[in-house]
Amino acid sequence: MADASIPLIVSDIHKRFGSNEVLKGISLEAKKGDVITLIGASGSGKSTFLRCMNLLERPDSGDILVHGEPISFRQTRHGREPADRSQLQRIRTRLSMVFQSFNLWAHMTLIANVIEAPVYVRGIPKARAMEQGMALLERVGLADRAHYYPAQLSGGQQQRGAIARALAMEPEVMLFDEPTSALDPELVGDVLKVMRELADEGRTMIVVTHEMDFARDVSNQVVYLHQGMVEEQGHPSEVLNHPSSPRLQQFLAPRGR
Amino acid sequence: MQELLQSLAPWLSDNAIFTPATLAQYWGGFVNTVQLVFISLVIGLFLAVPLSIGRASPIWIVRKSIWLYTWIFRGTPLLIQLYIAYYGLAFIPGVQDSAIWPLIKDPLYPALLAFLLNTAAYTTEIFYGAIKATPRGELEAARAYGMSPMLAYRRIILPSALRRALPAYGNEVIFMLHASAIASVVTIADLTGVAYNIYSRYYAPFSAFIFVALCYMVLSFSIQGIFRLLEKRMLAHLQPR
Amino acid sequence: MIDFQGYGPRLLEGALLTLELAVLSLLVAVVLGLVTASARLSRLAVLRLPAIIYTVIIRGVPDLVLMLLLFYGAQIGINQITDMIYDRWGWDIFINIDPFVAGVITIGLIFGAYMAETFRGAFLAVDQGQIEAAESFGMSPWLLFRHIRFPLMMRHALPGLGNNWMVLLKTTALVSIIGLSDMVRVAAEATRATHQTFLFMIPVALGYLAITSLSEIGMQWLKKRYNAGFEEAS
Repeated sequence: MADASIPLIVSDIHKRFGSNEVLKGISLEAKKGDVITLIGASGSGKSTFLRCMNLLERPDSGDILVHGEPISFRQTRHGREPADRSQLQRIRTRLSMVFQSFNLWAHMTLIANVIEAPVYVRGIPKARAMEQGMALLERVGLADRAHYYPAQLSGGQQQRGAIARALAMEPEVMLFDEPTSALDPELVGDVLKVMRELADEGRTMIVVTHEMDFARDVSNQVVYLHQGMVEEQGHPSEVLNHPSSPRLQQFLAPRGR
Repeated sequence: MQELLQSLAPWLSDNAIFTPATLAQYWGGFVNTVQLVFISLVIGLFLAVPLSIGRASPIWIVRKSIWLYTWIFRGTPLLIQLYIAYYGLAFIPGVQDSAIWPLIKDPLYPALLAFLLNTAAYTTEIFYGAIKATPRGELEAARAYGMSPMLAYRRIILPSALRRALPAYGNEVIFMLHASAIASVVTIADLTGVAYNIYSRYYAPFSAFIFVALCYMVLSFSIQGIFRLLEKRMLAHLQPR
Repeated sequence: MIDFQGYGPRLLEGALLTLELAVLSLLVAVVLGLVTASARLSRLAVLRLPAIIYTVIIRGVPDLVLMLLLFYGAQIGINQITDMIYDRWGWDIFINIDPFVAGVITIGLIFGAYMAETFRGAFLAVDQGQIEAAESFGMSPWLLFRHIRFPLMMRHALPGLGNNWMVLLKTTALVSIIGLSDMVRVAAEATRATHQTFLFMIPVALGYLAITSLSEIGMQWLKKRYNAGFEEAS
């Protein structure tokens, strides 16, 4: 049995789309307080890998353990499926995801988005969820926008709102899928600032990103993926400053000559 | 003003068509039309919600049988459906001596049956299209936050789909109002039926039909106005502030 | 074979009449729709206003009421005119409105309004830059319409056009009410005579389903044609 104190262990994940093998056996261990950044060129499989962790993509093989509890699978006609729906839903409440395109529910106000899953999935009384939700919106600097609909907010505000929505689940691990890629350059800073504060609080985070400064300054582990495999991994000071793989060297080389 | 009244006076006194008696008939037709359309729409709406969910079901036989139902009812004229309901029920051997005969004898019930099945089919497809158009990301977020498929339908998919379907549903309501004019062919005295009776009594097609045309226009534009208001309120979330 | 109790040939004739009526009124509707859409997009209010009134009236009134009004009203209107001519000049003219022609004109008139909305939206959706490009090459307005604007517009109009055609096809059933022997009227007469509703109504329903299914296949083909050059590169 795996160590129950480790929030998330994924081991030997394989995933193929048709004849295209996207993930060729990747493992990762997130200890409490780890901030792990996944980097790599587009098509390297980093987003797919992240989406396998909360089963938005079904890995063809490999194990996922949340606090030592393995997600159970069964083989069906359509491939490998989670065996126990209620286990899947329970585990998903412990891993909150922040999406590249925010994915706020468009028909609900910001505060309704934040309290939705706590109230209807976790069963927290509405009044308490409201209180916590407002506090979270205050934290991400959006208290005055609580009753706006997503379409009435800027991209940066939507993404900070989405982070508040993720925090409201009191997750053990936060998964960030390129959270700043869809934002205008001048809006990226506010979102990164919030993420930095979360890291400083000691939250366990796994972040797929192109922001090398964030990877360098905030994370304690960098994983470089290339064609569905881990090419290099370690502390950012080594991996980013002294890359050993020529591919990573090329990836990090300044562009735009 | 004086002159205008004087020029109208002979026409008014001379006019056999817009008498209190015929106006009462028009009012009766108006009530029948509104009743028939309203009841069909309400029942059709209640049928369409579960049917549209079934239409998006992963179970093949559920999905396909609902598709077959909407394909048949949307692919054939409502008039045929009305005839099948009206004659089909009345001409079942022995039915005229049975206990349900009083129900079938009144053309209102077969007409209601045909109308509500017809509008349910169109509405099912409208809702199904709106369900299909749920942004993928919003669904993924629901799954990622641990919602069961039931909960995701109740909290995320249906509330946003039904709002999105509002403009198309408004068109369906007006379409149904207009389509209901054929109720007159099975002897229901709806607006069109009354107009036809008055036309054939006085041989005055212009007065009879233009007057009901105006009634239908007023109804249509009122419905359009109500839906505009509803859309403004329910689709506010899609407008930038 | 199913025994249609002697109504077989008349049902077939009725089906043929339904098809003829639908195709002819489609032609009328498309022409009317193009003219009305152009009028609505015109800079001249004298052209815009009647076009708007026409589409608003047609869309606010049931098809059947318009049909009854035009069919019964037109005959009386013409009689009044011929009477007047007789009184004044002594010429005895007798014009009887043929129900088939009346049907084609009414359905064409009704769907012309719907087509106008479809075409108007499609004309507005055409990329203005492409029109400017054509103008800058010195194309005459007519050449520009035939070679550039119309083909570009058709791509946007096609889904609405197909939809209108399906609705039009089903609307033709209403002519049975004003006395034309289309397949619905034949089936209704046969039903009243023999009390065998399903024997006559189901084949007619299947007839409509067959035509709509064939139309859908035709639409796919047209869509491909007008989508040439717009598919995503794969």
